[in-house]
Amino acid sequence: MKLTLKIWRQKDARAKGRFVTYELDDVSEKMAFLEMLDSLNRKLVESDQEPVAFDHDCREGICGSCGIYINGHPHGPVPAITTCHLSMRYFNDGDTVWIEPWRAKSFPVIRDLIVDRSAFDKIQAAGGYISVNTGSAPEANSIPIPRKNYDNAFDAAICIGCGACVAACKNASAVLFVSAKITQLALLPQGRVEARDRVRAMVEKMDELGFGNCSNTGACEAECPKEIKIKSIAAMKREYYKAF
Amino acid sequence: MNTLDSKIPPGPLAQKWTRFKNEVRLVSPANKRKLEIIVVGTGISGAGAASALGELGYRVKNFCYQDSPRRAHSVAAQGGINAAKNYQNDGDSVYRLFYDMIKGGDFRAREANVYRAAEVSNQVIDHFTALGVPFARDYGGTLDTRSFGGVQVSRTFYSKGQTGQQCLLGCYSALNRQIQKGNVQIFPRREMLDLVVVDGKARGIITRNLITGEIERHSANAVVLATGGYGTVYYLSTLAVNSNASAAWKAHKKGAFFANPSFLQIHPTSVPQLNQYQSKLTLMSESLRNDGRLWVPLQKGDKRPPNGIPEEERDYFLERRYPAFGNLVPRDVASRAVKERCDAGYGVSETGLAVYLDFRDALKKQGRKAIENKYGNLFQMYKTITGIDPYEEPMRIYPAGHYTMGGLWVDYELMTTIPGLYAIGEANFSDHGANRLGASSLMQAAGDGFFILPVTISNYLAGEIRSAPVPLSHPEFEAAEKTAVARLNRLISIKGNQTAGSFHRRLGKIMWDHCGMTRNEEGLKKALVLIRELRDEFWQNLNVPGTIYELNQELEKAGRVADYFELAELLVNDALERKESCGAHFREEYQTPDGEARRNDAEYAYVAAWEYTGENTPHVLHREELKFEEVELRERSYK
Ligand SMILES: Cc1cc2nc3c(=O)[nH]c(=O)nc-3n(C[C@H](O)[C@H](O)[C@H](O)COP(=O)(O)OP(=O)(O)OC[C@H]3O[C@@H](n4cnc5c(N)ncnc54)[C@H](O)[C@@H]3O)c2cc1C
Ligand code: FES
Repeated sequence: MKLTLKIWRQKDARAKGRFVTYELDDVSEKMAFLEMLDSLNRKLVESDQEPVAFDHDCREGICGSCGIYINGHPHGPVPAITTCHLSMRYFNDGDTVWIEPWRAKSFPVIRDLIVDRSAFDKIQAAGGYISVNTGSAPEANSIPIPRKNYDNAFDAAICIGCGACVAACKNASAVLFVSAKITQLALLPQGRVEARDRVRAMVEKMDELGFGNCSNTGACEAECPKEIKIKSIAAMKREYYKAF
Repeated sequence: MNTLDSKIPPGPLAQKWTRFKNEVRLVSPANKRKLEIIVVGTGISGAGAASALGELGYRVKNFCYQDSPRRAHSVAAQGGINAAKNYQNDGDSVYRLFYDMIKGGDFRAREANVYRAAEVSNQVIDHFTALGVPFARDYGGTLDTRSFGGVQVSRTFYSKGQTGQQCLLGCYSALNRQIQKGNVQIFPRREMLDLVVVDGKARGIITRNLITGEIERHSANAVVLATGGYGTVYYLSTLAVNSNASAAWKAHKKGAFFANPSFLQIHPTSVPQLNQYQSKLTLMSESLRNDGRLWVPLQKGDKRPPNGIPEEERDYFLERRYPAFGNLVPRDVASRAVKERCDAGYGVSETGLAVYLDFRDALKKQGRKAIENKYGNLFQMYKTITGIDPYEEPMRIYPAGHYTMGGLWVDYELMTTIPGLYAIGEANFSDHGANRLGASSLMQAAGDGFFILPVTISNYLAGEIRSAPVPLSHPEFEAAEKTAVARLNRLISIKGNQTAGSFHRRLGKIMWDHCGMTRNEEGLKKALVLIRELRDEFWQNLNVPGTIYELNQELEKAGRVADYFELAELLVNDALERKESCGAHFREEYQTPDGEARRNDAEYAYVAAWEYTGENTPHVLHREELKFEEVELRERSYK
């Protein structure tokens, strides 16, 4: 199929970006979206032009590296998948595809489609852990955990930290991301010990890093490739109020 | 150096580790504060080690090429992690786990290391659980397990199909705690370009900042490589697209021996290649073989849809050939059996390069809900990629490059042949012999990182307390940086017209065709010629736009591919040299009449450790003889 690509090109955080148009006329519907970009880049490099920079690594939807805003949606128009899992079979001959980086104050553009998400790591470092030193853990089965708690903790734990929730939110809020970790650890007995300090430290860090407030719009849940539920935001709020 | 000292502690196998711990030299808390350790890699082994070393009070610098340590490829492990807990009361024990690994590795691993890996496995599960890793649980709240290939007990702990992600995030959280405390400094988006050796000891690394392109120098008292596997030498593999051998290869060229490079595991069940542009193959976890059955039509070229082929016209070839283990034979055995059927013309799908993995019977027996609980996300992923719903129709699968048993040679202390340089996790060679059993890599990576390296490294560091710090202006730093920059310049100034990726794809094809699931002398010799030709073309016709001192993803790729050309040659030479079939290394010349591997213990019961001697001189082979004191060498049969 033939496609017209409108791709955001930006040299670095300070430079002004703009959309550049590229035409591709041999896209196969068997390609993955990133393979389509690979083929564009190959053409660019072969004619000694700058390829489009984008983050990617596992290409199987789990590392959270990839993240492109495609036709107005983080990770593209298909729900519950990452950019690397987006197949070209969802596009039609003659389509124009708009391709942009995540846009959020706390995620400055590094180049083209690559943004700086290190703010996420800083929030996790503020308290997203259980303080246990190597060697001091009790026997694993000495901490029984009700199946339901395990299930709910697991559903929150599968966040891949891609940042789609921030990109989807009109306030560029990170609460879905932060609440997922808080929910996971709060549901486990071993995580309860530090629950108060954790929620305070992580929320404080999130605010400090310039993420916006939550206005309960739910765009984050709709766009999350791992279908993390906003009920974790409610759980985080409960934890937060309990902490004071 | 011409003799390899594996430094295995004396005494009975089961007491070696305890004895080592009792006798290891320690570093006092005050002195730990003065010692710096570089850990390259933030996977389960690297993040595990960095956090544990930070907890001990060392000053740690931790590096990765991704934008966050949480994205190391350990994140992609699906099926599970082994431990000898014997929670099922099914006769499991440390010894049995050890024995299964030794046998699974086709008797080409070092007994003492394997025993220790099995021994610390229980601590690993305790630690992950304490860190909040959500392993699957039974209704009573205790931990659940499942079975994996090559064993007859149920010892695999899991978090649905995301075990690697959950374990890695556990490590990442422990790492974050140390970052917060200031014990670990994290350096994401850095690529290690070279190792700095001063007076024969590893004392630092050269990195490139992947955002600014800046070349940086980092010094330390010891360097730990936790840089993962080199399965992307096949280009298409289940590894991350940016996985590479470069850090290990650079260390190799500085004096670290490379062991058993040709022991590369090809995993039987991955989504087959769908198009010629494909950049990666997606694994379908081995755990699926608990409930899925592999088959092909009995009739060659049967074009009926799978559900239209009646039971009596299906060939469940693993169950037929290996009745004792059935669908749960080890990976090397399963992969070859799949290849055999496809080569014989029984393969399915358009290409004929696929077989069915069918859940019909399990769905009927256990119901959709139970299957969904166990493999929900894998089924979902399969459907996302192929458009086919595995609840309705069998999956189509084919083998793919997956794991490297080979790697940097290490002794019992996990130290390479360069004093002060350690290798842990998939980057070393030590525990899996010629074939790795499922769910034992996460276990080994975590064991190495959390529980073994932090103990063994003090044996070396205790002697380093008085070593003078090495200034970053030291001539060895100067020289290493100069070499690294010269190479980047060379890559960027070729100005040909082909991309690094296209060379990588072609190299991968050579390796897959001639040094893949089966190998023979003629093919291997041909591969050597082809690799050299392609390598010459690479150095004449590569194009890398842009400059060194900026974000430049093409330059990153080019450097990795350049190293792969060198490693590929060693890999093929290693495969040529080993005139036997063992584990994943199947030489067609050495097989039994019914097509099974024929090992040659009399001549090849050794680790092949290769020494780099220079750009234009051949590698020198050093043999570490494997002495089996505990187990008897037997033919490995799963029939
Ligand atoms: C798809 C898949 C599924 C798997 N499933 C299982 C399973 O179910 N059970 C099991 O036991 N095993 C499984 N394995 C194997 C297992 O996941 C890996 O062997 C293990 O996680 C490797 O961990 P590691 O710490 O050694 O390396 P990795 O996790 O690969 O980490 C490598 C690190 O090194 C860094 N790095 C690499 N090169 C450089 C460089 N040049 N400069 C700077 N940094 C560098 C990377 O950034 C990364 O942080 C699976 C593997 C794959 C690919
Ligand atoms: S590249 Fe890893 S999630 Fe997309």
